[in-house]
Amino acid sequence: MRKKQERPGGLAGLAIKNLFRKPATQVHQFGEEGIQKGYRGKLLYDPSSCINCVMCMRDCPTGAITIKNFGTKEDKQMHAYLNMGRCVFCCQCVDTCPKKSLSFSSDVLLASFTRESLEIEL
Amino acid sequence: MLLSIFNVLVFPGLLFLGAYSFVLEFVDRKVYARMQSRKGPPWYQPLADMLKLIGKKVIVPRNAQKFLFAALPTVSLAAVCAAFLCVPVWGATAVTAYQGDLVAVLYLLTIPTLCHFLAGYNSHEVYSTIGAFRTLTQMFAYEVPLFMAFLSPAILAGTWSISGIAAFYAVHPLYTLINLPVFIVSLLTSQSKLERMPFDAPEAETEIVGGALVEYSGRYLAYFRGTAIAELTAIASVLAALYLPFFTGIAWLDFVLYLAKTFVIVLMMVLLRATMARIRIDQTLKFFWSILTPIAMLQMIVNLLLRGGLGL
Amino acid sequence: MSDRNQNERNNKVVVPIGPQHPSLKEPGSFKITLDGEKVERAVVEIGYNHRGIEKACESRNYIQALYIIERVCGICSHAHTLCFCQAFEELAGLEVPRRAHYIRGIVGELERLHSHLLWLGVAAHEIGFDTLFMYTWRDRELVLDLLARIGGNRVNYGVNTYGGVRRDLEPELMQDILHVCDLLEEKLKYYADLALTETTLIARLKGIGVLTPDDVRKYSAVGPVARAAGIEGDVRVAEPYGVFKEIAVNVITDDHCDVYGRTLVRVKEMLEAIRLIRIMVAQIPEGPISVRAPRKLPVGEVLSRVEAPRGEDIHYIRSTGTDMPDRVRVRAPTEANWHGMSHMLEGFQLADVPIIIAAIDPCYSCTDRAIHLIGDGINQLTDWAQIRALSIEQYKSRGIDPGSIKVREF
Repeated sequence: MRKKQERPGGLAGLAIKNLFRKPATQVHQFGEEGIQKGYRGKLLYDPSSCINCVMCMRDCPTGAITIKNFGTKEDKQMHAYLNMGRCVFCCQCVDTCPKKSLSFSSDVLLASFTRESLEIEL
Repeated sequence: MLLSIFNVLVFPGLLFLGAYSFVLEFVDRKVYARMQSRKGPPWYQPLADMLKLIGKKVIVPRNAQKFLFAALPTVSLAAVCAAFLCVPVWGATAVTAYQGDLVAVLYLLTIPTLCHFLAGYNSHEVYSTIGAFRTLTQMFAYEVPLFMAFLSPAILAGTWSISGIAAFYAVHPLYTLINLPVFIVSLLTSQSKLERMPFDAPEAETEIVGGALVEYSGRYLAYFRGTAIAELTAIASVLAALYLPFFTGIAWLDFVLYLAKTFVIVLMMVLLRATMARIRIDQTLKFFWSILTPIAMLQMIVNLLLRGGLGL
Repeated sequence: MSDRNQNERNNKVVVPIGPQHPSLKEPGSFKITLDGEKVERAVVEIGYNHRGIEKACESRNYIQALYIIERVCGICSHAHTLCFCQAFEELAGLEVPRRAHYIRGIVGELERLHSHLLWLGVAAHEIGFDTLFMYTWRDRELVLDLLARIGGNRVNYGVNTYGGVRRDLEPELMQDILHVCDLLEEKLKYYADLALTETTLIARLKGIGVLTPDDVRKYSAVGPVARAAGIEGDVRVAEPYGVFKEIAVNVITDDHCDVYGRTLVRVKEMLEAIRLIRIMVAQIPEGPISVRAPRKLPVGEVLSRVEAPRGEDIHYIRSTGTDMPDRVRVRAPTEANWHGMSHMLEGFQLADVPIIIAAIDPCYSCTDRAIHLIGDGINQLTDWAQIRALSIEQYKSRGIDPGSIKVREF
């Protein structure tokens, strides 16, 4: 590049222009999602297609998901429990499940005041 | 008698100084934020900050002298308030105007810097000592150009009183154009006196965590911050009186003009603050002594010759 | 103690920068001995961010370990997963489809963009230039929104998996990528111009933190730190991987050897990354995005390296035939750049210390790996079993018995 003249305050033009433009801050109302499609959030579970292979439990990096069968092998009553304190929202369980019983939503407003209420049933 | 008490305490004295310095501080922060395409604080932010700080607990370091710790903020705030009383707020009249009050104002405005240094040195802590020494070093850098820059218009006007200078330039407005180089010099030296970007080295947050005032908290920190914003108002008013001479003679219109003039000066200072990085302390010294001092000296000589030559 | 008395007699002061300091983004301890404003000696201590990543990987299977490796660092997460996946695929003998290589390349270059924009903002903040900090982070939001649409998260986007990628790029998304590239190119040219002409910026950055080419070889610096000294070292050219076997990269070097040179190298690398993204989006082939990967690896050991935004990133895996790795070693690029730090700090002023530290773009979380025990007659590198035995002994001496706690097995 050819040698350009050194001068202080080169940012001044852009600064004055920005003074009259709208600020770049986006106001995010509480409860509104405003996030991109396909953002990884809370898991969704379909008990009817689950075959209790527990491959999701084996592949979870943190051991956050638990699958329990409260019925018998013929008459299944599947329940899934997620510990959101441990979940890193990687969705590997969604990819691993052979029957596609797990999927993810874009629900990201998942904070709570107590540690116990982070363990939810899906 | 009652009128002079009203003048000193309410308008254009202490209460007006307090209210107007909050307004100018808000303008400073809001325009700075908008230049960075941020939203900026709401209008009551400086007042809220001051009230919050006054309510907090004061922690005095074990090695510091308690009396000095408490006295320094109060003294510096008092000095700035006293300096403001000599500045003309509408037209060419101030609360107290006398021959030589320009020099008195400049000396009174040096007291906050010395208090800043003593506060840092008194805290006996690594970061605050370094910040205190940097404050003093920066004072060695800007004192000479500051005095020469502020006294040059006085030489051309032939009087040492701020109100007298304002009145002179109101009558001969074209002579202000002669003072243009030294206007830029005084803007830069005021920026350095107020320890704002780009001459921010005594209070560098990323190097020495907060400079001389690291150990201050609670209401003493509130007084120091009040000093900073009152100093901004006082210096902006002095600059407006010395360099921007527009008067109409009607009292309330002159007051509105005064507000507009200080607003413009603060806008220029914010532009300086937003567009440059912080330079090191040795670079500050070099810049002030090698570039600004010769300009100010030259201007002083030119003004002297003009004064003698024009026979004013 | 005598050291401190010596310092006091000579009017020298020891300033502790860290572990908690406004200029450090992560904890690290630098004890600077000052003579006036000049730095005489700098003692660098890191290790506050050690989390046991390698141990965590060795007690999990490969699929779990991938997500642990991703969270080594938040900013260069894609580079770490890419390196790990490459190592796995090499040992397993998998042939990754071409479309997956291109998608990995696009995400990798977008990551380079957002990492360098973050660095530019942080460096501007260290020298007090808050306006540039706000502007670059505002522009970084464009890239982060794009990455959220591609991967599903703004950082730690889990795009890589063994055998390919997990998500595909739709044509609409590719148009948006090109649009963001156009917007960013204009802004980056403005920043490059600013870096070349702004007086205060040049005054703060020039002549600081000098590392000559001989020093770079002696202290084994990698990445933009080495390239700013004129050494052409870039893994994408030296040992091409993935999409870079088909696309040639221009290696950006500079001759300044100081912090200013590193700034220029990073800004020009951003423009180069935009050029590469445009080529990749134009040339991306159709096809599958992944192949099926086995769960167990054959016996062997493999080393793989990629060019992360901060330099050369090396991963080593040793496998004994099971579905859990036997030994994982992550050598992040910042680990190689730390060695020259005390040399770079000495002789400059206190005001330069934050920017010199920030100029190597330190990622403390990436760095803290091994444990080096010093003191009490021990001076050696130890492994997990020895450390566990040592710590159980220490707790027993205080009356607590942790030997009965079972280590969690997965």
